[in-house]
Amino acid sequence: MQTSLVEKLRILADSAKYDVSCSSSGGKRKNEGKGLGNAEGMGICHSYTEDGRCVSLLKILLTNFCIFDCAYCVSRKSNDVKRAAFTVQEVVDLTINFYRRNYIEGLFLSSGIFKNADYTMERLVRVAKKLRKEHNFNGYIHLKTIPGASEELVKEAGLYADRLSVNIELPTEQSLQTLAPEKNFKEVLTPMGHIKNQLVLVKEEKKLFKSTPSFAPAGQSTQLIVGATAESDRQILTLADGLYQNYQLKRVYYSGYVPVVTDSRLPIISTPPIIRENRLYQADWLVRLYGFGVNELVDEQNPQLDLQIDPKLAWALRNRHLFPLEINTAEYELILRVPGIGIKSAKKIVAARRFAHLTWEHLRQIGVVLKRAKYFITCGGRSLETREWDEEAIRRRIIFGEKGSRGNLWGSQLDLFQQAG
Amino acid sequence: MHFYTYDGSFEGLLTVVFEAYERKAWPDQIGREGEAPPGIFATHLFVHTDEAKAKRVWEGLGKKLSREAWENVYKAYLWEQPGFEMLIFRFARLVFSSQQKGVEENFADACVQKIAAIGKQMFREKHRMEAFIRFQRTQDGLFLAPISPDFNVLPLIITHFEKRYADQPWLIYDVRRQYGAYYDLERVSLVSLEEAPRGLRQGHLSPDILTEVEPLYQQLWQTYFDHVNIPERKNKKLHLRHMPKRYWKYLTEKKPRQQAHQPIQNKQVPTKLRQLSR
Repeated sequence: MQTSLVEKLRILADSAKYDVSCSSSGGKRKNEGKGLGNAEGMGICHSYTEDGRCVSLLKILLTNFCIFDCAYCVSRKSNDVKRAAFTVQEVVDLTINFYRRNYIEGLFLSSGIFKNADYTMERLVRVAKKLRKEHNFNGYIHLKTIPGASEELVKEAGLYADRLSVNIELPTEQSLQTLAPEKNFKEVLTPMGHIKNQLVLVKEEKKLFKSTPSFAPAGQSTQLIVGATAESDRQILTLADGLYQNYQLKRVYYSGYVPVVTDSRLPIISTPPIIRENRLYQADWLVRLYGFGVNELVDEQNPQLDLQIDPKLAWALRNRHLFPLEINTAEYELILRVPGIGIKSAKKIVAARRFAHLTWEHLRQIGVVLKRAKYFITCGGRSLETREWDEEAIRRRIIFGEKGSRGNLWGSQLDLFQQAG
Repeated sequence: MHFYTYDGSFEGLLTVVFEAYERKAWPDQIGREGEAPPGIFATHLFVHTDEAKAKRVWEGLGKKLSREAWENVYKAYLWEQPGFEMLIFRFARLVFSSQQKGVEENFADACVQKIAAIGKQMFREKHRMEAFIRFQRTQDGLFLAPISPDFNVLPLIITHFEKRYADQPWLIYDVRRQYGAYYDLERVSLVSLEEAPRGLRQGHLSPDILTEVEPLYQQLWQTYFDHVNIPERKNKKLHLRHMPKRYWKYLTEKKPRQQAHQPIQNKQVPTKLRQLSR
């Protein structure tokens, strides 16, 4: 019995790991009445895997039995793998015992589809319900919504879960049809719409009645696979932006395609597109938090993000007519757009300049990355650079260093090639 | 030259600030009781901790500072690195002498910047402890965790664990500083153990005090940790940046395995490709 639990965990953790979301933040669930757990405030990464990703939640599949045959998925029906299924009680016990030892923030439960969507969804909901009702568990619960699950079940799921997510999987309907013929955008977007409506409804009702039960207080998210199909970054970011606006998503996750099965429909790559994935996340943050529009980062002429430099620097280099900014007077929104200055530094700059005229040394102390920022700002009317560099020169100096001898130029280029795969 | 000493408590240090103002004799150095004076010409004054005086200084600071900056003063005390007393004194003096509110945002001042930086450092260490603490369950139901943080963050993490584990008794023990926080289902008290459970004072728990299922859950967690990794994405540098080696000592997932990790063979990629990705 015990060995089989370990064996199940091996199989069902291994096949759940390609879902990248591990966020445990944004919950508002407090521990009341001396129960177990607390999910208010910020998320916690309890560990990090050797690939550097955060481990915050117990991320497992309820089962990897699946009636679907999606080309990119390790659990696809036609793949010859060991199959296993947890019982509801096993998942509950694992979650509680991991949580009590401070291994995790909570549970992220997904599943292969067995029998049909509702049958599967009903079991996922049962796990969450049991944790909340029988174990007074206030940790974080993220439930995957099975495409095609009924509105009632989605509603019930939201009562117990902190976050719900439906994976859109691929950036276009056409790709989805090619690689996952049993799925379609409608089946994904319908539950996403239900969740959104319910989120809005509950928010309104809460204004009137404080006692209205919460619905997925950490909102909903989705994930799509990058690099398995031919879409451009522009298509991907436009889709994400649309999802943020129309479905009030908290996060869109980009999962660099890891080859798991051979299939003539899939590209042959030796390493996952990690850099591209990283650039997409950077662009996503610029859109959500820095006030950039998708069109400013990618457009018809530049449909792909630059792999060598981050999207903010790329934007700034294309828009040199807007710079340099005088750091002592420029508006906050513009300071945010300077490469090498993040939200925290921008806020500190605006606060500190009420007291003193800021110098380069101040900026350094505040945490501005001058290596990138210095080409775009002045301090008291003065630049840190004695000469004007053109776009190419700035790019080269930032990527390869300022005193770069030929030797280390080679080194960094090689490194870059390796990373870009 | 003025050299002040105090009993090492936070209240004691605040009393030093009070006395310095009282005498208008600004300290050049502040040290713990018993510390040698900086030179033979220093005027040495030992300050007896006075709760009322400490309170006045503390509340005085609170009136002029944001909550975060106010807490940073206490964090600077728990930081315990050389020179922290003088830093706190200089910061307090800056705060009391400034007319304008919001002096804690004057990041152009070195002292303000340093206090803010320490606040950040302490926050990071506190957050790491909240993440990296690993409890082990003993036979009598106590959840035990040895720690040895870089800075004295135990007082800062108590509330977090009290809220989170309200229904289980726990003891978090700082092996480096030899004291712990014990929660008995009612309240948390600070304890210094003369006779801690065997091994705890050295930071390792002997297996015979642990509950029967403990090894199983530790094995399950290790199994989970091994299988959630994606080998194709291996990035040791990033891994170490997030989880520096000095924290591994008490991490269950970094302890030796009973059985070696066996990757699951569920991928069917052509052999040629498999060689490439290795």
